[in-house]
Amino acid sequence: MASLKELKDRIKSVKSTQKITKAKQMVAAAKLRKAQAAAESARPYAERLAGVMGSLASKVSGDSAPLLLRGTGASQRHLLVVVNTDKGLCGGLNSNVVKEAKKQAERLIGQGKDVSFYLIGKKGRAPIKRDYADRIDHHYDTSEMRNPDFAEAEKIAEELVGKFEDGEFDVAHLIYPIFKSALAQDPTTVQILPVPAPEQAVTSDAAVEYEPDEEEILADLLPRYIRTQLFGALLEREASEQGASMTAMDNATRNAGELIDKLTIQYNRSRQAAITTELIEIIAGAEAL
Amino acid sequence: MALHFELVTPSKLVRSEDVHMVVVPGSEGEFGVLEGHAPFMSTIRDGAVQVYKTAGGEPESIEVRGGFAEVGDAGLTVLAEHVED
Repeated sequence: MASLKELKDRIKSVKSTQKITKAKQMVAAAKLRKAQAAAESARPYAERLAGVMGSLASKVSGDSAPLLLRGTGASQRHLLVVVNTDKGLCGGLNSNVVKEAKKQAERLIGQGKDVSFYLIGKKGRAPIKRDYADRIDHHYDTSEMRNPDFAEAEKIAEELVGKFEDGEFDVAHLIYPIFKSALAQDPTTVQILPVPAPEQAVTSDAAVEYEPDEEEILADLLPRYIRTQLFGALLEREASEQGASMTAMDNATRNAGELIDKLTIQYNRSRQAAITTELIEIIAGAEAL
Repeated sequence: MALHFELVTPSKLVRSEDVHMVVVPGSEGEFGVLEGHAPFMSTIRDGAVQVYKTAGGEPESIEVRGGFAEVGDAGLTVLAEHVED
């Protein structure tokens, strides 16, 4: 059995770990509120843009449609844009996203397609590199970014659209966690390039005037739509990270508490045993006289 | 006799209010939107959106970049990537 001193030290170290997890949990809870509010306030823009896109895209079709909507006509080379967090301590969030990414990659490779990865965030690198070291196309570093920033989304979108226009890939999918609650963040896959044609939008019969014409407006809006989607993904990632972190740290704090209780009981028992042994020794000594 | 005006950026809903008139710097020229304007869509060049709260009043200028305007039954919606006010 461990000595009293050892037990005491052990209890002390678990207590300080508990303090850290507790602090991290509270920080995550505060940040989560902020991240959720940010995600919510981004919704009106995304919804309106999607609405406008829908009504325009159904009018402009065929060969006159811009490249971003029409696509390259092939679907051989796929790019998976995987959004992970930069920091750990958020439970299974990153491994779930990576799992989803690998599943998609397996599926596409199974269909004989070429797959490459575009990674956003630090935590996806190592696990994806392990399986697909030669398929990683690019890392985008977001560790400098403290809050999801539209400028950041703009830069990513610009790079992606540039690669697409240069013909480096035919189809791009975005894989990111969707924040449902602090307990559930579901990894999701959506196609971002070419922009998927919206399901037949209900266009109002009122004659809408366009300035300049539909095609030009659409060409202007498509990159913007992609930027908005990436921005949305960054916001979802932030909320998911904080939510997952809060839950994980809550569990860790509780486990540390249980461990402390167990160790304390063990400590008290050994102390009691030591006292009893000492007493017995004294009494036995006294009797021997 | 009021126009519903909304100004939205990716990070938040900047304005949502009833105003008299809004002058928007469209990419093919400025245009004013009053209540009951015909459905209309236009891209916006970077510049100031002028909001007239009341007829004949002083306009309030809001600088927008990367914008898009849509006039529909619900009023005028300006989507802008960046807003400085």
